[in-house]
Amino acid sequence: MDVEILSRIQFAFTIAFHYIYPPLSIGLGLVMVFMEAQYLRTGNVIYEKMTRFWLRIFALIFGIGVATGIVMEFEFGTNWAVYSRYVGDVFGSALAAEGIFAFALESGFLGILIFGWNRVGPKVHFFSTIMVTLGSMFSAIWIVVANSWQQTPTGYHIVGEGLKARAEITDFWAMVFNPSSIERISHVWLGSFLAGAFLVMSVSAWYLLKGKYVALSRSSFSIALWVGVVSALLQLFAGHRSADVVAHYQPAKLAAMEGHFDSLKPADLYLFGWVNKESETTTGLAIPGGLSFVVHGSPDVPVRGLKSFPENERPGAVNFVFQTYHIMIAIGMFLIALTVYAIYLWWRGKLFEKRWLLWIFVWSVLLPQIANQVGWYTAEVGRQPWVVYKLLRTSDALSEAVQAEQVLFSLIMFTLVYILLFALFVYLLNKKITHGPYDDHNDDHSPRHMEMAESLTTKSH
Amino acid sequence: MQTFFGIDYNTWWFLVIGAVFTGYAILDGFDLGAGALHLFLNKENSRRIALNAIGPVWDGNEVWLVIGGGALFAGFPEVYASLLSAFYIPLMIFLVALIFRAVSIEFRSKEPMKWWRTMWDVSYCLSSALLAFLLGVILGNVALGIPLDKDHIYRGDTGSFFNVYSIMVGITALALFMMHGAIYLVMKTEDRLYAKLTILVRRTTIFFVMAFVITSFYTLLYIPHLTNQVRNTPAMFGLPVIMILAIANITRQVARRRYMFAFLSSAVVISVSLIIVCLELYPTILFSPETPENSLTIYNAASSQKTLGIMLIVAAVGVPLVAAYTTFVFWTFKGTVKLDETSY
Repeated sequence: MDVEILSRIQFAFTIAFHYIYPPLSIGLGLVMVFMEAQYLRTGNVIYEKMTRFWLRIFALIFGIGVATGIVMEFEFGTNWAVYSRYVGDVFGSALAAEGIFAFALESGFLGILIFGWNRVGPKVHFFSTIMVTLGSMFSAIWIVVANSWQQTPTGYHIVGEGLKARAEITDFWAMVFNPSSIERISHVWLGSFLAGAFLVMSVSAWYLLKGKYVALSRSSFSIALWVGVVSALLQLFAGHRSADVVAHYQPAKLAAMEGHFDSLKPADLYLFGWVNKESETTTGLAIPGGLSFVVHGSPDVPVRGLKSFPENERPGAVNFVFQTYHIMIAIGMFLIALTVYAIYLWWRGKLFEKRWLLWIFVWSVLLPQIANQVGWYTAEVGRQPWVVYKLLRTSDALSEAVQAEQVLFSLIMFTLVYILLFALFVYLLNKKITHGPYDDHNDDHSPRHMEMAESLTTKSH
Repeated sequence: MQTFFGIDYNTWWFLVIGAVFTGYAILDGFDLGAGALHLFLNKENSRRIALNAIGPVWDGNEVWLVIGGGALFAGFPEVYASLLSAFYIPLMIFLVALIFRAVSIEFRSKEPMKWWRTMWDVSYCLSSALLAFLLGVILGNVALGIPLDKDHIYRGDTGSFFNVYSIMVGITALALFMMHGAIYLVMKTEDRLYAKLTILVRRTTIFFVMAFVITSFYTLLYIPHLTNQVRNTPAMFGLPVIMILAIANITRQVARRRYMFAFLSSAVVISVSLIIVCLELYPTILFSPETPENSLTIYNAASSQKTLGIMLIVAAVGVPLVAAYTTFVFWTFKGTVKLDETSY
């Protein structure tokens, strides 16, 4: 295998593995903010227990997220040196801004969040929870800005030629607010909220099914359910807006996502199907003229198909892009139905009687994760062969100084280390969940928090 | 060339990046050093206290590396690309060591079994020592220079990463961080562990002084491009003098039990060593010894003036913020370590 394919596999593998964790941190952070706010508002100890319990899981997730995230930052330079030279002026700025505005914020306050229960007052602690969550959300802003710039480059000009060519910023804000930034950031945030909310709902549902920590689990579930239903519904709009941007700026990607080849006929919208790249056909269940309607508002207007693009400007793995995109859509729709139905039952006061539904929630924790993953596969495989859209090809972006054996070595190393890391993560997550929110010896209340809780309870009576 | 207070943007960025990496060396330096000393502490409780002494801050310290990497990428993308792709394998090992270290700190306390804790203790100690050593080796190679072609692409072999000089700098960095870490731990401990650590401070200081003297002599004798500036500008001789005084002050303050001052002195030692390297290299960042015309300097490796200007604003807003909450976090956890239910 050559350097290109190995480097692509390594980047895909390390980023996909990394991306298990940040969405969970962002989403869980947000849910914890609501939990701790409830604690400060009501003074009910149950919310303190809840926050502390989820904080322990947050710490585990965050730790792996940081460790695997540093790998990403350095991989640009090690494996993609030409790319780094080309985009350094633009991408590097976004990355540096991420480090200084976002990453420092979350890592700084994380220490207080985890170790500070007995060192700072409840309000400062709550403030730290907000700062960590904001930090992780800012982090997403900058990294998605950097990625969006590669999808829809604006605010730059190209200087030099050949190996010396590179993009330089001409308008910083045009670079930050490039045509796809806002849509993609909101899409990523909502996907992250769903990941965090469904983790909380999954564990709470499991406790409820086992009849453990009932009061605590019901409250946790309800808080997370609200985050979940709002995010799932908003995601419908954010996702649609993202697809609009793709339709407008990356027609080849859209054509691959929808398995659409022929430019002359009105385009169908496939609910599911299979793309045959050789015969350039898609078979499956389709709404006739559906894609034309979604893109142009009329079922008769043709949509640009893959055949209209030169061979070397089409994404290679059309069926892969088609399938990942449709899996994402299917999961998104299912999550809307699930959360809306659950909220209806919650409102009627019958949610926690439906054991079958709770079982669905236990397993649904995987769905936002899968959707987040396949969504990114669609975005990144769909824009091939470009690493910077229409400007720099992935095959031209590699490090000249790096040989295939070296990449093979690092790829094997990362594979082994990440398998070990994932096994440890699952083991410890499972252990923390089995252990539950209460300690065997009841010493995990700090005296200060006990006092606070008591004084608040007495005040409210 | 745009200027700010009479200094051009490129030089400002050189200073900013130098300052960030110096901050990184001072901050992560003590927790890497504490990690490298970990196996010298024998008792379970001592190890827990040592781990919790760095617990709330190590992650924040590591962020300085992320900021430094990002700043290098943004300010001098040519250096970022050439340097990182040149040292592919060592950097991959560096990254894996970073992962192992983070995971060891995080996972050690999660199970009570002795084999589990010993396993993570060993992994924590070795990865910390390896990271400190590799940081020194990278610095040694940057100081020494690497062969670059006219497109600034590395034209050496992977094995040359480990050469006599870079290994010397690596050992010196390890010794310096161990000393720095030992002083930090002394500040954070009491009683018998404290007594044990004061001995470790003395030993690591001796280790550092030996490594430092040998590396300095080697530099003076064999690496002319790292001694030109000090030879031409006698005022710069003040820097090594400050450094020797700071080293002497460490032992003096330790004897007087004023560990905060000892810690600040060892921070001065770290800063001055990096300042000397930066001054000797300036305006070059990545020197190409055989073909000096291919060297990467702050001018031919930089981003556009516009980007440097924007990023200077970002740094001017961001760095004081980071410094403010770093101070707040350190202030929150001031004093010696007390284990409680949130500890590792």
